[in-house]
Amino acid sequence: MSHPVVERINALLPGSVLSSEEFRGDLTLVLKREALVHVCETLKADPQLAYDMVIDVTAVDRYLPEGRFEVVYHVYSLQHKRYLRLKVRVEEQDPVIPTVTGVWAGADWHERETFDMFGIQFSGHPDLRRLYMPEEFEYHPLRKDFPLMGIPDSLPLPRR
Amino acid sequence: MTGSVSFTYDHRNFSLPSRPTDDPERSQILAALEDQDTTVVLDDPLQNTMILNMGPQHPATHGVLRLLIKLDGETVLAAVPELGYLHRGYEKIAEASTYHEFIPHTDRLDYLSPLSNNVAYVLAVEKLAGIEIPRRAKFIRVLVCEMARIASHLVAVGSMAMDVGALTVLLWTFREREKLLDIYDVLCGARFTTSYTRIGGLQQDWTDQCTAMLKTFLDHFGADLAEVESLLQHNRIFIDRCENVGRISREDAIAWGLTGPLLRAAGVPRDLRRDVPYLVYPELDFSVITFPESDALARFYVRMAEMRESAGMLRQALEKLPSGPYNAFETKRVLPQKEKTYTKMEELIHDFMLINLGIDPPVGEVYHAVESSKGELGFYIVSDGTGHPWRMKIRSPSTCNLSTLPIMLKGGMVSDIVAVIGSLDPVMGEADK
Repeated sequence: MSHPVVERINALLPGSVLSSEEFRGDLTLVLKREALVHVCETLKADPQLAYDMVIDVTAVDRYLPEGRFEVVYHVYSLQHKRYLRLKVRVEEQDPVIPTVTGVWAGADWHERETFDMFGIQFSGHPDLRRLYMPEEFEYHPLRKDFPLMGIPDSLPLPRR
Repeated sequence: MTGSVSFTYDHRNFSLPSRPTDDPERSQILAALEDQDTTVVLDDPLQNTMILNMGPQHPATHGVLRLLIKLDGETVLAAVPELGYLHRGYEKIAEASTYHEFIPHTDRLDYLSPLSNNVAYVLAVEKLAGIEIPRRAKFIRVLVCEMARIASHLVAVGSMAMDVGALTVLLWTFREREKLLDIYDVLCGARFTTSYTRIGGLQQDWTDQCTAMLKTFLDHFGADLAEVESLLQHNRIFIDRCENVGRISREDAIAWGLTGPLLRAAGVPRDLRRDVPYLVYPELDFSVITFPESDALARFYVRMAEMRESAGMLRQALEKLPSGPYNAFETKRVLPQKEKTYTKMEELIHDFMLINLGIDPPVGEVYHAVESSKGELGFYIVSDGTGHPWRMKIRSPSTCNLSTLPIMLKGGMVSDIVAVIGSLDPVMGEADK
């Protein structure tokens, strides 16, 4: 696909973008997991890209045997006034992905939330605790195999 | 001592004013007071730090925010916000409900401006489904969004002033907000949980009565807001408690993803209404308010100025409000009018299908964000082509804004905490989702 942003990243870091697509004006890049942090640093530093704000980090549970999770990043460029969506596929057996808090400090809580809800480990995160659920909770509620009504006794009541 | 802040107390030579007195007993007491033994001299009274728990049930935390604060005397060394006390799992609920069914849940996100949440959500769904709404509906949505912004900022300003000790402001701003809630009541039948928007349009049309009520409100709003401001503008206590409190640098504000009035108070002119335009905002004339100071006082001024801008936009939108339909004519995807559902066969079938199975958007994913009163409110929807979203992520501004609390509180005093939280204006319904 020829889009100025994709062309620029391909020129700077060839081979790091696996695929790209545009739907309803939203540009999505699928990245290699190993290349994530490097791409993010380039996205922030390069003046033609200048994606200086991280808007959101989340994940999608595709519930597929291969490449079950997609970690999704939304970044925004104050200078060019445009968004970009990045995606990295993560396997269920190895749900580890490098953190981007070193690039955008604001990814901190978003990554904590993603860890809380999907159990994806962000390696190198300064404080990877659950954001919403209690610390002793064993499950990750937004995974598709977690039932909507919850699991009985998974949240112990305080002792009297 | 573990903290980075250290205190050294010097000898302070208190010399009590000498008064001419003949009373020997009194001069004896004064002499005793001036004695070295009774003067307290401490090199470092703060040998240890203290952890203070604030919330989740605390009037100044605006809901169920919990803060763990590490104190050295009265100085905040570090603060850790704890969230999740109002977590209701809306993203999980969304996966099990149709796109229409989720609209009432958006009221409960930022419960101070439910109308702009309604608009933000349906705009994301319409972007996914590719539905173009009529021009009148766009104007009505702008009207309700700006009304919601004024109502929300009124609470923000009022409760911030209350937190630092000015109770009257809260009463006056709530009086103004009440007039807006009355318009909501006429417009959609509810004052708080409005659920006003529908996919492809609105629940019901904007009426002449709403126009008249809004015009009356706008006629008095400028003077009423000036009255509120006059209580605070030259208020020594308010200014002393807000000035240079809760500062965050421009660079930090961008890196931490602050949005909305907080980012604009840090000198970054980012407003999605202008930068990533949606609805009919490009047709309206407004300015983006920024202040360079980035303290609690600057955030107060940004909100006050934004309310005036919103009032101006409401006037323009009322003038330009076109006539015409308020729902898109797409029978397979937009709910029919209720009276037709009850009287026409076709509409009844469509209603039944839409309510039970939902609209069928194409496979794909979209992110759409609006400038809500707290900042960037975005919905990221992943569709698998069925009537339910496969995944829906709510990008709530309050969560991101709260994540900067440790930076804003560090180095401040205990009494600054309430002023900073007030200036942040978090809504826990939105932060906890």
